[in-house]
Amino acid sequence: MLASKSLKLGTQAIRGLSRGLLFSYLFSVLRMLIIVFIVSRFSKPVAQATITRRKQYVQGGELFSTTATSSADVENEEKKKISVTFVDKDGEETQIKVPIGMSMLEAAHENDIELEGACEGSLACSTCHVIVMDVEQYNKLEDPTDEENDMLDLAFGLTETSRLGCQVIAKPELDGLRLALPAATRNFAVDGFKPKPH
Amino acid sequence: MLINTTNLNISYDYPFHFNGGLALFFRQKTLNPKSDFHSSKALCQRSSMAIFGAMIARAYSSAATRSLRVCVVGSGPAGFYTAEKMLKAHEEAEVDIIDRLPTPFGLVRSGVAPDHPETKIVINQFSRVAHNERCSFFGNVSLGSSISLSELRQIYHVVVLAYGAESDRVLGIPGEDLSGVHSAREFVWWYNGHPDFNQFSPDLKNTDTAIVLGQGNVALDVARILLRPPAELATTDIASHALAALRESSIRKVYLVGRRGPAQAACTAKELREILAIKHLYVNIKQADLQITSADEEEMKSNRIRRRVFDLLSKASSSNQTRPSSGQRELHFTFFRKPDKFLESNDKSGHVACVNFEKTALKGSAGSGNQIAAGTGEYEDLKCGLVLKSIGYKSIPVDGLPFDHSKGVVPNIGGRVLSSRDVDQLEDGLYVCGWLKRGPTGIIATNLYDAEETVGSISEDLKKRGPTSKFASPKPGREGLLQLLENRNIQVVTFSDWEKIDSEERRHGSLSGKPREKLTNWKYLLELTTK
Repeated sequence: MLASKSLKLGTQAIRGLSRGLLFSYLFSVLRMLIIVFIVSRFSKPVAQATITRRKQYVQGGELFSTTATSSADVENEEKKKISVTFVDKDGEETQIKVPIGMSMLEAAHENDIELEGACEGSLACSTCHVIVMDVEQYNKLEDPTDEENDMLDLAFGLTETSRLGCQVIAKPELDGLRLALPAATRNFAVDGFKPKPH
Repeated sequence: MLINTTNLNISYDYPFHFNGGLALFFRQKTLNPKSDFHSSKALCQRSSMAIFGAMIARAYSSAATRSLRVCVVGSGPAGFYTAEKMLKAHEEAEVDIIDRLPTPFGLVRSGVAPDHPETKIVINQFSRVAHNERCSFFGNVSLGSSISLSELRQIYHVVVLAYGAESDRVLGIPGEDLSGVHSAREFVWWYNGHPDFNQFSPDLKNTDTAIVLGQGNVALDVARILLRPPAELATTDIASHALAALRESSIRKVYLVGRRGPAQAACTAKELREILAIKHLYVNIKQADLQITSADEEEMKSNRIRRRVFDLLSKASSSNQTRPSSGQRELHFTFFRKPDKFLESNDKSGHVACVNFEKTALKGSAGSGNQIAAGTGEYEDLKCGLVLKSIGYKSIPVDGLPFDHSKGVVPNIGGRVLSSRDVDQLEDGLYVCGWLKRGPTGIIATNLYDAEETVGSISEDLKKRGPTSKFASPKPGREGLLQLLENRNIQVVTFSDWEKIDSEERRHGSLSGKPREKLTNWKYLLELTTK
């Protein structure tokens, strides 16, 4: 359908040219370019498709990704969103805005941050393990439940300020939260990994 | 609408080709439009097609770039995490996951207990991997019988073995082959509807007592399934033949027996908490067993899991009632007992009637720092009609695969297979991941880090070899595998075939209020996928 449509526009443009109507020619070309670009936006090349681990709630595609907002908007959004920084195992930092009430796991997935979530937030695994980098921020969090502690028992690279990302819910007091993703892969020992002393 | 792209030079450089198309278009201006109207129309058509063709080519350009053919043997967590990481790390990789069962996901489907549905949610992530364009699942393909390891290594650049551990450690004591003595693995496969075990039929009606040897999470799983009121299991995905047998079961007492003490119990807090919370269950833990020594304290100091488990056991011991009320189900934690022999019933029917235990005491072990159980020469009998041994799984070797029989794993360094345990020589293009690599321990998530290590080794090796290595020359890969299997008349089950099985199971399940009704008959499973 698209080929015939562009063909139609193309021939219209040619006709416009032969009648010396430059404007209609330029307008047709512009229209075709717009259509082509919009279609290319929606058909993401499969060879480059990354394997996403997003849940249903994420609106896929580049058009909807959340990125840092301009400074003018920050004041308005602080009431509804907090700023959270994820630091990956190589030290690379990514700052995102997290709406109040959203878990860190959900927020990480919405922003393409590599945080595993095998059980999708049901407290049945330890793959969303994050380390709260500041002790004061850690203390602001509610104590983990027995169920969360049971799962934290099994987390790799466990520290004194470790939590499960799916259980840390954004609230205003946590603005500026810094979370480190565990460098577990560096510590993994094939002959039987044991969690660090707690 | 047929797009003739043979005249066009398809490159993956999208903007260039788009401009190329536009250039064709703009060239019209210089020609005489009136006289060249028909040819300019054709040219216009071609230029539009060129632009459109560039978009299509871009979208479907992956075929030519799949130069790295990878085969993963085993579709459990180790297999799927390895596939996921390989696909992510190498855009040129095409990964085929094979499994001897027609159903994927390994122990997530056949090992995780039916009353633990949240643990199975990871299947969603694995399904997304299987749906990746560069990934395929082929079920009903068995390494060793459908295809040999050497054939796989000829067809693929990289072979990763992640087929886990489908056998058991043995005690090696008299009476182990009496009827009524089973491994926990068989019992778990039976209640989880594994197609190899739908005829297993353990006898749950000849006795009221079962002994489970071992105190790890698998031991707790089987004890819990035996003790849970069947009505609670009726809304899970437990196999229907198992539910029927459990409804008629006369077992009311289960002993969980460990060689060492409560400070060394191998289970984890969540599972322990769960079994202690079963309604109307009488739990017996002897106070005397909870006396810990300074060596125990030392062990627990650096181990958060052991500490919390010990605390739970202590609390359960002090809070329990002094004796069970009549008709109440009982769970006994028995410590410091090592099985010495299984005794047959008096009528010599070949059935187990009693387990003879030797009492143990803990001794420091010079090497590991962990205490071991040493026999004291005192013996004790425990009567029972069913024994489930939960003392560990063991991997099975295949032809052409180096194997360490004492440890039950494939000798390897960081996932690269060694030619033999002592020789420091690597098997080219052969890797391991999961239980086959590190032994049958850990949780599902352990494989995440394990796969990362193995894929890291593969990536390093690929980089080292360069363009003249064996990795550079093309291999038949998926096409070669499918051709070979077709020649051998082996029916391959694809992922969309599995989805047919999956929706059939869920449809059946919804009729009886279960999340799914597992299909356990091999023949039926394969027939379903040919429809």
